[in-house]
Amino acid sequence: MAERTPTQTPATVASPDPAAPPPRRRRRMKDLRKQPGFDTMAWFCLFCLYAPIAVLVVFSFNDNRSVVRWTEFSLRWYRAAFENDGIRHATWISLQVAFVAMVFATTFATMAALATTRVRAFKGQTLTYAVINQPLMVPEIVTAVSTLAFFVLIKQVTGLNGIGFLMLAHTVFCIPFAYMPIRARLEDMNLTLEQAAADLYGTPFQVFRTVTLPLMAPGIVAGAMLAFVVSLDDVIITLLVGGPGETTLPVYIFGQIRRGITPEINAVSTVLLGLSALLVSIFFLIGNKRK
Amino acid sequence: MATQTEIRDPGTPQAAAAQDVMIHAEGVIKTFGEGAGKITALDNVTVDIRKNEFFTLLGPSGCGKTTLLRLIAGFELPDRGQILLDGQEIGHLPPYKRPVNTVFQSYALFPHMSVARNIGFGLEMQGRPKAEIKTATEEMLALVQMEHLANRQTDQLSGGQQQRVALARALAPRPKVLLLDEPLSALDLKLRKEMQIELKRLQGETGITFVFVTHDQEEALTMSDRIAVMQAGCILQVGTPKEIYNNPARRFVADFIGDINILEGELQQDGGAVLLPGGASIGALLPEGAARSGKVSIAIRPENMGLTAPDAADASLTGEVTNIVYFGAGHNVHVALDGGGEVLVRRAQTDAQVGAKVGLAVPDAVQVLVD
Repeated sequence: MAERTPTQTPATVASPDPAAPPPRRRRRMKDLRKQPGFDTMAWFCLFCLYAPIAVLVVFSFNDNRSVVRWTEFSLRWYRAAFENDGIRHATWISLQVAFVAMVFATTFATMAALATTRVRAFKGQTLTYAVINQPLMVPEIVTAVSTLAFFVLIKQVTGLNGIGFLMLAHTVFCIPFAYMPIRARLEDMNLTLEQAAADLYGTPFQVFRTVTLPLMAPGIVAGAMLAFVVSLDDVIITLLVGGPGETTLPVYIFGQIRRGITPEINAVSTVLLGLSALLVSIFFLIGNKRK
Repeated sequence: MATQTEIRDPGTPQAAAAQDVMIHAEGVIKTFGEGAGKITALDNVTVDIRKNEFFTLLGPSGCGKTTLLRLIAGFELPDRGQILLDGQEIGHLPPYKRPVNTVFQSYALFPHMSVARNIGFGLEMQGRPKAEIKTATEEMLALVQMEHLANRQTDQLSGGQQQRVALARALAPRPKVLLLDEPLSALDLKLRKEMQIELKRLQGETGITFVFVTHDQEEALTMSDRIAVMQAGCILQVGTPKEIYNNPARRFVADFIGDINILEGELQQDGGAVLLPGGASIGALLPEGAARSGKVSIAIRPENMGLTAPDAADASLTGEVTNIVYFGAGHNVHVALDGGGEVLVRRAQTDAQVGAKVGLAVPDAVQVLVD
């Protein structure tokens, strides 16, 4: 597929322009990097960001009950964590909630992104963006308290109960996180492509299925990843809204910490970190593809 | 600006027979925005585009030519007026219900599909059988000489190749009309010349009506069967390239296409002749509906003027040569008229000297312009 036919050469001369800007941008970046103290500053920032995490990860492999004094390498805390029923149950709850929240939040976010980008500019468009993204700005504890109060009201009136409420709460706060990459993707997409599809006899549904959806798929996957991670990591809202037996992994860790830090917690945190890092990496890889 | 001046070739009856008309637009008005920012993109446009012709909408940017194209395609709906396609009112149908396809300025090829699937897309949407799509796609690939690239992704193609795919994709469903929105503007000069000939060939081979939008007057003259010159949302003149070039009816049309000398004169003999500033009287070609007396502007192409001795019998005007510029295929001789003003004379050969007194020969009849 990659081989070039010789007939192509005269035609490719056509566009010298797009090649022009990159060298300039590269030079500017180089200039910034040559500023005195740039390297020191960068390494210092990275150290501050990752040193605590590195300590946590290192001591999860320590063959000792202490989390400050190193003795020997061991996987005993990982085994202990794996055999701990509390941790297993919390992980299962976490995955269930995160999966359900991801599916619904991504669906709603996709619909919202389509409704705010695939229409003529309308009055109150900026307000709409603000309203959709507001949950990112509202202090989480406020969201948590208000959600709790709201759910108590509903539970009293309807008599309903269960993990569905926790999933609903997660879905709601995940929507803006899923919305952002999907909207960014749609705004990058050329509207002419959909016009071309309609011009070639595609009904609105056919256009969506054959052109819009495949082209926005990377944005949807990225949004879903982000929603999953955000749900997986949440403590405050889950702590308040979650009923008995609805302990997610971060909430379980939070509870254990109050009885003192153990290497077992380090091990669980490391696993959670690994999972989050994996998903966020996929998110960035997808985001950079096919630009 | 509701009236339109149209010069038709003498042999054709005023109203072309209805069965010859592919697109009939009647009193089309289109505005964008509201209040103070309101823009009238099309101001009461009426035009007939005939079957199987290469029709060009020519005008500067912002004249409404692309808006008219988008109205025919269905991407915009008219505020008022009718658009008939082959006798059927289509003005308010969505794009997918119109047997009209578009070649976009940006090509708009689907980046997630191969060249072949791009070309077959229209037929796929129409739900045609797979075998038919395959045959039609192969036929189209052959028509635009792209058979060897059928399985490429579109981002692996050069600009000229993308152009061909865009053409093949729009032609594959055999539309009644093909709309082309400045499709050659992204190509370099040499490739553009090639594609001009290629487009003309494709139009002849397929027999499909082409409606081509451009701001390039040379491109329009080269390719078109007929041209509509547009300005500020109005069609000023419709005619063959020769009519538009030799007999521009409006000052804007004369100015927009090629070099032209515009002189002032006065109509005589009920509009049959025009009196030039130097005292000579020559025949006048009046556009339809023009006044038959009073002061008027006349237009003469530089290549239709001759240089003679100042006292020669055919010297309708006299002046002094101010400059001679050689441009390869000939000379541009600039002459300052004795009565004031300057004209340009284009001759293949000339023995004129700068500073010499010359006489200017003009055609027997000259075109009178309406503002």
